[in-house]
Amino acid sequence: MGYGLVALILLVLLAPLIALVVLSFWTQQGFAIDKTPTLANYWSLIQPSDKATVYFGIPFYLKNPVPAILLLKSLVMSLVVTITVLVVAYPMAYFLAFRVDRYKVLWLILITIPFWTSYLLRVFAWKIVLGFNGAINSGLISLGVIDKPLDFLLYNPVAVVITLIHAWVTFAILPIYVSLEKVDRNLLEAASDLGDGRWARFCRITLPLSLPGVISAALLVFIPTVGDYVTPTLVGGPGGTMIGNAIQTLFFKQDNAPLGAAVSIVMMLVIAILCGLFLWAVGYKRLRERSAA
Amino acid sequence: MKRRYSLLTIYAAFFLVFLYAPTVLLPLFSFNDNTFAVFPLKGFTLRHYEAMAGNIAMIDALINSLVVGTIASVLTTAMSIPLAIGLTRRLLPASGLVLSTIMLPLVVPSIVFAVAFLILLVRIMNIELSLLTITMAHIFLCLPFSVMVLMSRLDGLDPSLEEASSDLGETTLGTFRRITLPLIIPGVISSLLMCFITSFDEFVLAFFLSGTQPTLPVFLYGQLRFPNKLPSVLALGSLILVASTVLVVLSEFIRRRDSAGSKSDTADLPIPANVT
Repeated sequence: MGYGLVALILLVLLAPLIALVVLSFWTQQGFAIDKTPTLANYWSLIQPSDKATVYFGIPFYLKNPVPAILLLKSLVMSLVVTITVLVVAYPMAYFLAFRVDRYKVLWLILITIPFWTSYLLRVFAWKIVLGFNGAINSGLISLGVIDKPLDFLLYNPVAVVITLIHAWVTFAILPIYVSLEKVDRNLLEAASDLGDGRWARFCRITLPLSLPGVISAALLVFIPTVGDYVTPTLVGGPGGTMIGNAIQTLFFKQDNAPLGAAVSIVMMLVIAILCGLFLWAVGYKRLRERSAA
Repeated sequence: MKRRYSLLTIYAAFFLVFLYAPTVLLPLFSFNDNTFAVFPLKGFTLRHYEAMAGNIAMIDALINSLVVGTIASVLTTAMSIPLAIGLTRRLLPASGLVLSTIMLPLVVPSIVFAVAFLILLVRIMNIELSLLTITMAHIFLCLPFSVMVLMSRLDGLDPSLEEASSDLGETTLGTFRRITLPLIIPGVISSLLMCFITSFDEFVLAFFLSGTQPTLPVFLYGQLRFPNKLPSVLALGSLILVASTVLVVLSEFIRRRDSAGSKSDTADLPIPANVT
């Protein structure tokens, strides 16, 4: 009877995603939906063409290259975001784990508050910061540094990347912090006693033992940012669109929900495969066992 | 030694400034006597707040958000209690699989969930978009947070208390009502608050699943298109920020108070650290 209950819970929890998968095998015919199962949507995403669409020097030999290009662009942007977030978050997590004795709860709450406050508002704040009539431009003008507003701040991929870094960095601190807290302080003492300097000790003990946290943080940031919708919509402009915008366009503007569903699923599959490959390549299981020991 | 300490501390201070500076601009400009969000600041005014208070559409959106947030947080927490007990006590088979499925909304992009719900609710179940559809989606979104909070609370409970209760003749339900529930109440309150904040601030699901009645973030997003509405957006945004900050601090305070019993590593964290 336990299994029946579990099956029911899983079915309810997965119902939306199951619906998405089912729809991706149907096709849009004008206003109606043809319910014959087919791979046509998926095929249209990889259908080759003789004519190449060149994007950033990469030729795409596809009949409908937009989803593939946007997916690749989103993956690259998320990768940049993830790497920067890790570099920014690690020292902060280290600070929390090794340097803060008093007021630790206060620090943790300070790091947490942005995570719980409105994502929409935090992204909107960047629009105010970077805008043509924004805080940076008006600030610099009133200080007399520049004469007219800089127009390269907002509505481009860089603005999207900066905003995403800011929005997701707190998400990365916590897993790294947890793995740093778990590092056995005796090991650090032993390393110092055996003659390791500060850097050698960090590189040989602390960093390797905190890698599981770094890897979880990387995935926690990479996976959701690929499909982010709010940030590219608000600060991306025409040049900063990502795959999330393509899904929205297919559903609402082009009224081709089945193709939109297929794009969503391909996106999630690609992310899952990339993450699986990444975990396999870094030997995540082994790392975790070592840190737990 | 001293120098390294201060370098890292300086970094931490800069980090906090980076983290908070953009957001603090919203309340800053909301009190500025100017229709544009620009420097230099002109003077202090409350007129943006006055204009906002007279906006009936905004008050309606606020009421919608309060209704959705309250229903979603109560229902999610009510569902999470049995789920969390089943998962921590290993009463269910395949509890790892169930837990990862519950955690899915944390890793699946909201836009995918939004369109998935749109298909399920509108195309398959033929439900018209309304506050009900938003509430349903928010329950899915809140479930991971609620289950995590309750599980870490349950983890810290002494199992012998429940054993003693059933040894002394209490039924399962009686034990739950008289022992388990009172002991996890801080977790329950914290879960209610967290779910409420999550739902109250959520935009993407609400945007795709709202019919004619917008929630507050959806209303706010609609206002962003009109430059002359910027001051009231700033005022409204500032109030939302303050409200969620107060709720977060309150929820953290309740959760951490007398949680000394649960000394697991993740118990101190507001989010699940190992969802992957």
